[in-house]
Order: sequence, then C-alpha cells, then structure tokens
Amino acid sequence: MPGTGTTNDENHPPFSPLSRGRDQGSGGNKVTNGEMNVQCDSENMLNQPAFGEAIFDLVRRTACELPEDVEAALKRAHDEEAPESTARMILATFLENMVLAREKQVPLCQDTGMPMFFIHHPPGLSHRVMRRVCEEAVVRATRERYLRHNAVDPVTGVNSGNNVGKGFPGVFFEEWDDEAVSVVLMLKGGGSENVGRQYSLPDDVLDAGRDLEGVRRVVLDAVRRAEGKGCPPGILGICIGGDRGSAYLHSKHQLLRPLDDVNPDPVLATLEERILREANTLGIGPLGLGGKTTLLGVKIGALHRVPASYFVTVTYMCWEHRRRAIRIESAGAYRFIG
Amino acid sequence: MRELTIPITAEQILELHAGDTVAISGIATTGRDAAHKYLVDRLIEGPKPLPAEDQRIFDELKKIYRGGAIYHSGPILRNDAGRWSIVSSGPTTSIRDEIYEDKVIAAFGLRVVIGKGGMGPRTLAACKAHKAVYVHGMGGAGVTNARAMVEVLDVFKKEEFGLPEAFWKIRFHRFPGIVTMDAHGRSLHEELGKAFDERLAKLLHAE
Repeated sequence: MPGTGTTNDENHPPFSPLSRGRDQGSGGNKVTNGEMNVQCDSENMLNQPAFGEAIFDLVRRTACELPEDVEAALKRAHDEEAPESTARMILATFLENMVLAREKQVPLCQDTGMPMFFIHHPPGLSHRVMRRVCEEAVVRATRERYLRHNAVDPVTGVNSGNNVGKGFPGVFFEEWDDEAVSVVLMLKGGGSENVGRQYSLPDDVLDAGRDLEGVRRVVLDAVRRAEGKGCPPGILGICIGGDRGSAYLHSKHQLLRPLDDVNPDPVLATLEERILREANTLGIGPLGLGGKTTLLGVKIGALHRVPASYFVTVTYMCWEHRRRAIRIESAGAYRFIG
Repeated sequence: MRELTIPITAEQILELHAGDTVAISGIATTGRDAAHKYLVDRLIEGPKPLPAEDQRIFDELKKIYRGGAIYHSGPILRNDAGRWSIVSSGPTTSIRDEIYEDKVIAAFGLRVVIGKGGMGPRTLAACKAHKAVYVHGMGGAGVTNARAMVEVLDVFKKEEFGLPEAFWKIRFHRFPGIVTMDAHGRSLHEELGKAFDERLAKLLHAE
C-alpha cells in the first residue's frame, strides 16, 4: 500500500489500482516502434467483501436517512409556512417521517426507486467487478427490506424480486486522480421520475427561444405540469444542451450537488436563483395542495449541443431526496461524506 | 381533524368538504395498477360465472369495500415467522387508475379512495353520484403511514401480482389524509390548477 510497498493480507484493502502495481514494476508496458501496445490485465484488484460491506451500508443508509442539506431545507420550508396551514401540517408530517425512518432504520418511502450509483475511482479498477458488487449489495438490501422489489421486466411484466435486471441498478463510472473511491447513491422514485420533461427549443406554445430566457420559460412550465405529482417541494436537475440521452443523465448529475452550493458559472447561478424564486410564487406547495415552498432547489448544468438541437432537460426529484455519498480509502476505511 | 370509521355512511361523506383533514380507521385494502385492472377487467366486467378463486376474492372484497376504502399504495412488508407487517407504505400516484376507479366505486360501494396527486373528472363524477371522497395521503411519508396500518389481516393475489401490487387487507388506525375531491363535485386539484395557470402566465408574461 502507499508508502510501504508491501501488501498486508490481514488489512484486506478494498481495492488496489492497477496503475500503482505497474509503477512498482519496471518496463511493464512497452511501446515499440510507434505501435500502440494495448495490454489487458485481467487481475482483479478489488477486495469484494470489504468493498461490498461499504456499498451495502451506503444502500441501507440512503434508503433510511436523508442527507443533512435536505433535512435543513425541509425544516426551513416548514418554518416559513403559516401556522395551522395545510402546507405546514404536511411538512411536519414529512419531518416526523424522517425521524421515524432514521430511528427504526426502515425505508423513508415505500418506493425505493431506481438505485443509481455514481462511482469515481482511480485508474485500474474493473467496472464489471464494481458493478457486480453494487448488484450484490442491492440484492442483500432487498432481502433485508431496505429496498422494495422494484425491477420489472417491461416485456413480460415479471418483477425480478431482487432489484437486479437489465440496466438495473444504474451504475456509472468516472476515473479520477484521487487514490480513494467515492460512491454516490441516489434512489430515484418513480412518481417524480414520471414528471421529468425534455423540451426541444424553440417551443412555439411557450414562446421559448434558444436562449436562457427560453430555458426559464420551459422549466417553469415543467414545474407547473408536475404540480403535486412529483411529491413537491421538489428539486430540479436541469441540463441545457447535450443530446436526448446525455442530457437526461447530466440533469441527474446536477441532483448530486449539495442544495446549498453555488453554481461555479455565474450565469447559471443567477438563472438557478431566479427559477427557484419564481417557481416558489406558483403556490403549488407541499404535495401540490398549496403553499409557499414548491421547490427546495434548482441545479443547472450545460453540455455542448449540435447546432441543430437545443434541448432543455428537467429531472424532478421529490422532497425526499435520498442521496448519500461515501469515500472508501485504498487502505480500507470508509466514511460518509454526504 | 375529522375521524372516519369504516363502514362509512353516505351522510358522513356529505359532511366532508374539499380541504378537510381526516383520520381514517377500520379495515381496508391496498390496491394499485394491477389490482384495479383485475377489479374491472376480471371481477366487474369479466365473463360470468367467475372461476371459484376469483369469485371468492370478489365476495371478500365486496364485504370489505361496502362503505369502505381502497388505498393506492405498493407497500414494503416484513414477514416474521409467518406474520406480515407493514414497514413503509406511502400513497402512489392515483391518476393511473382514472380509467378504472369510477367503475370500482359504483360496483363496490366504496366511500373513500386514498392516494396522491388527485384524480380526474370521471372519478369526481363517481364521487358525486355514489357519495364517495378522494383523500390525498402524505406522499413520501411511508413510515408515518405504516404506523397507522396496524395489522395485516390477509392478502389476495400476492403470487400473481407480487408484493407491491397485491391486495393487502389491513386494519387502519387514524390514517392521515386531506379530502381533495368531495361528493359535492369539488376538486381542490382543479381549483388549484387554475390558480397555478394564472400565476405561471404572469411569470411568462413578465419578460
């Protein structure tokens, strides 16, 4: 491991990036005469039991405990609604539900959604192995009642009964320079997923052109159409640009940002702030039954588009934004970082 | 807060108005997409005589639903040594059952439909004609709701529909909700929707 150059089996390090192993040897990869030498190393550098325990803990905790930023936002929303109002009563129920779920360690919502793992890892770790570990953690969490049976074959109608199926759970990878692995899990419920929308600008009906004003118009329309169906107060993940597929995924990436962060792009930061403020004047309120808080957050990202296309893609997250993150050090320890 | 205990009479329903908060007690079932399709396509409109097992379920449900309630929810349950209990069970989106619910209300004499997100004109008309209400549950509050679902008494169609979609016969105790569609023809969803439209128009006009 780092600094020691030895491998201690008793430590059961959860993973060991190939790059490090390579660096210690000499002349492993040779490029000869300008030809690319593409090598395949099939060695499995993941200690699955330790990694799997960490991932299982992540699944359990994501299903049962809301992250701090979401809890704080819900408390703020509760305090802002008028005493004795329906909106305040509903938010009080939400807060009570949050406390009960954490105390009893049971799922916050019966719809434990589509599990989506976003993994950042150092070079050299096997995606196939990490995907399998995520699947195994999901199967175990389902058996232990932290997840509902949620993976249904759309052709046969058969529920797999263990939350594993084609493309289920979602596992997404990104390589980075850090020596640790970070895993963010989001449980995306079906009710809110159903009210997501993708607009192709220009949009005649909404008088939305291919500019940020057009973006504002269609996003407010999406909030109106979602009304109570996405379990507001919601959080919007938005992607401007991209293609139809990449844009939906990028809009989900936006939902991984803390609610209280500020967009590093000042133009998008201003747009986020404006849409949040304006959406909260619509009066949709908690569960769509009226109130001051319709959205808890608006997060916008952008991807390059082709000249012919201008998509605005909105993913709606319900009030119960189940999103947690862990960091697994190469030496084996892991901790929750969100 | 108005207390409603199953069986519920037409008179009690007529006392309710959109916006009232209620607490529902008594025996009812869960039932969502597959359950509603089965209720209508097989039990209500299917060829008669029904197969024996379907007839048995039909008879059981008639007893439960007369003056009773159906809850749009796909719960998470636990089974400890053969005894089922509810772990988490918030309401699911009701509008998916809009093509069925009016027929279910009419055929079974349901008084209360519990779900989330509201329903459409067909259900609203059935609520008026047959003296029923739509109660909006606490979406996402699966554990708070499970606490008010105190005993699992029976289950129908578990093998065929799977755990979330089966009919779970449950004793409810003070289950919380808000009447959003009443038997007088009022729908809070319709009224609020108009207000949302007006405010959106103002925001889009601003630029």
